[in-house]
Amino acid sequence: MSVTTPNRYDVADRAPFRIADLLLRWETILVLLLATVIAFNTYISPYFLDIYNLSDATFNFSEKAIVALAMALLIVSRDIDLSVAAIIAVASLAMGEASVAGASTPMLILIGLAVGAACGAFNGALVTGFGLPSIVVTIGTMSLFRGLAQVVLEDQAITKYPPSFAAIGQGYLAKGVPIPISFTTFLILAAIFAYVLHRTLIGRRIFAQGNNPVAARFSGIPVDRIRFWLFVLTGTMAGLAAVFLTARIGSTRPNIALGFELEAVTMVVLGGVSITGGSGTIPGVVLAVFVLGLTTFGLSLVNVPGIVINVLNGSLLIAAISLPIIARRLLGKRA
Amino acid sequence: MRWASQRLSPTFVTPTPLPNLSVLMAPTPLLAVSSVSKSFPGVRALHNVGLTLRAGEVMALIGENGAGKSTLVKILTGIYTPDEGEVRVAGQPVTFANPRAAWASGIAAIHQETVMFDDLSVAENIFMGHMPMTPRGRVDWATMKSKSAELLGRLEADSTPDTMLKRLGVAQKHLVEIARALSHDARIIIMDEPTSALSEREIGELYRIVEQLKAQGRAILFISHKFQEIFRIADRWTCLRDGEQVGDGNIKDVTQADLVKLMVGRPIDQAFPKRIVPIGDIVLDVEDMSNATEFDGISFKLRKGEILGLYGLVGAGRSETMMGLFGLTSLMRGTVRIEGQPISIDSSSAAIAAGIAYVPEDRQGQGAVLPFGIRENMTLASLEEFAQRGTISQARELDATRSLGRRLAVKAANWEQRLGELSGGNQQKVVIGKWLATKPRLLILDEPTKGIDIGSKAAVHDFMGELAGEGLAIILVSSELPEIMGMADRIIVMHEGRIVTEFVRGAATAEQIVSAASGSGHSEAHA
Repeated sequence: MSVTTPNRYDVADRAPFRIADLLLRWETILVLLLATVIAFNTYISPYFLDIYNLSDATFNFSEKAIVALAMALLIVSRDIDLSVAAIIAVASLAMGEASVAGASTPMLILIGLAVGAACGAFNGALVTGFGLPSIVVTIGTMSLFRGLAQVVLEDQAITKYPPSFAAIGQGYLAKGVPIPISFTTFLILAAIFAYVLHRTLIGRRIFAQGNNPVAARFSGIPVDRIRFWLFVLTGTMAGLAAVFLTARIGSTRPNIALGFELEAVTMVVLGGVSITGGSGTIPGVVLAVFVLGLTTFGLSLVNVPGIVINVLNGSLLIAAISLPIIARRLLGKRA
Repeated sequence: MRWASQRLSPTFVTPTPLPNLSVLMAPTPLLAVSSVSKSFPGVRALHNVGLTLRAGEVMALIGENGAGKSTLVKILTGIYTPDEGEVRVAGQPVTFANPRAAWASGIAAIHQETVMFDDLSVAENIFMGHMPMTPRGRVDWATMKSKSAELLGRLEADSTPDTMLKRLGVAQKHLVEIARALSHDARIIIMDEPTSALSEREIGELYRIVEQLKAQGRAILFISHKFQEIFRIADRWTCLRDGEQVGDGNIKDVTQADLVKLMVGRPIDQAFPKRIVPIGDIVLDVEDMSNATEFDGISFKLRKGEILGLYGLVGAGRSETMMGLFGLTSLMRGTVRIEGQPISIDSSSAAIAAGIAYVPEDRQGQGAVLPFGIRENMTLASLEEFAQRGTISQARELDATRSLGRRLAVKAANWEQRLGELSGGNQQKVVIGKWLATKPRLLILDEPTKGIDIGSKAAVHDFMGELAGEGLAIILVSSELPEIMGMADRIIVMHEGRIVTEFVRGAATAEQIVSAASGSGHSEAHA
């Protein structure tokens, strides 16, 4: 048939493009927010828009951001891992002990990643094996892992690390290229995570089980296996964050990365990932990382104390998540 | 063909402003809806709909799922605001800013699933939102309880004001909801499929209450898919189709066939479109399949092109057996052979790989991912087909969705439309499409037409015949006797986890099947 008469059963391939849909996208709001933050910071401090300052600023958020990427997948799939900061402590402790025993830098990295993966596997096994809610399991393992580090370290710190190890945390991509290794790693991982979540089989399955785990199981998706491996992935990313963080600060202390888990969750939620699972994007999370990271950096440039920055970041999160709801209400009134 | 030509002109509201409602059978309708339209992005939900409802009258609102009944109810209860048109209550034009405003003007709705507070008492449920207060601003429990008791007494309900709601059955909960409407002196009561969860006896009770409400001069808008009820209880009817009003009149002037024709827009063959197709080789051979608790010693064979009906009462273990076959519950013993090859089904993905497809009973909970679009749902069970080294090709997904969607006559604005926005029938078509995309050899349909409209139901039945004709083996699990007797080549009856008997097509009456299912027809099983 060459001529088709449109009738009411004709179905278009996709919804008609509407500019309002684009404007109401979460990512659009984040871009505007980011532009505001940059403009504001440029206005309050002449040192903000400086390539060296900006690249140094990334040291402060790259480690959390790496954890946030994996956390985003986990939250999209309807789980959460609140033990990531404690995993960082355990991984850092393992690296410290290994370093004292004389392990080489590549060995230390491997140990950090492996310990992270093992902790993640432990979480994943508890969640999928016993059918326990991940929020409860990881609140438990949060105390367990952190407690372990505290028992071993007491109030001591391990500070003996080889110089080549420190270079990973403090170093740049190359001489004259002022981009830190940790930030570069974050960007590369963000690209990979975005591709996996939005373009691949696994990504689609993560969204499916996040929206309806029962229907996902009925559709042949190995829901528990995916959940388990996402916990392993999150643990591994926490291990990687431990490598960068330990190398950067050059020491392992029992309270290392304290509160990281909530900052990572904040990045994910501000990034537009639904805390109930099933929706969200990696570009959104990356934008949220920049919004939070640059706000903190800008304010610290003008000597706003860290405690006050926390208050501001909290307010930012609340404002950003209520903004679309307020917008929708205003638009709804007009319609 | 345009059906608009058949449209009868709606009765118009008498423009005279009007009076007191104590005049019960006054000529001014209690509720007058005129030329109401409502659109959503991409969907025209209601177009130029009119409706009048007089005191002491029961009006049946009929139409298929997706015809616009729910939208109309939501306008009347203040959840949606109409784009155009007017609603008058007792002659006064009203606009409802919110559900509370609709409630205040005397419109109350009783829903399919009762929305109430399980952990509160009956009295608290009745007066939630308008509890009587003492002058000092505390809840006046004494008044609340005595008024509740009076209302419950009027309805001859079994519950007392202090009963916890969760202790009540569905029918009693309905009575509490009606009491709640009466506590506000609602004059217009909307009943949205109130009988769907009720037993025969409870339905009788409901009829009695409706008669009582009529006698008190209240008006009732009664939404139902069951013609038996409509003819039993309604005085007048209004039919919606695709958001338009296609007719109205007195119930005594029409037959069921007339209404069905109006609802679907074409005469519908009420009989089942059974196709006679050649039956081929054995596809499925189940031997002594058992699990720990739900089913035991299940053995049967199924051939190409054959439709096997699986009948049983609720709790007989039919769905559980099918889930066992699909790898969703673990088997204790037994063998399953597909085309002669013994297979081990330890997961749903193994079952899919073996060529088994399962359309589950709970469409929204188990079958569909409602926030996903049609495309993403269609390809969910066969995603590997559309991926190369893990990367999904959306273009190929769209091609497959288009061809399956057209084949199943899915009605939607576009292929990316969220499944949650489609009607139940169209959702079910997409779920069936999802399974056809896996190119199965065996298709299990568990209550495939439950809760979907007549048009979609006929389409599903027709499609089943077509698939059997193409050589698919089908297991049809159904609680609806006409469906199973009309469609199946053979019927297996289950009772308490076991197969009790088997009938070939046409060999048993409905009574024989039911008595076997209730455990009293054993003799034939051992024949």
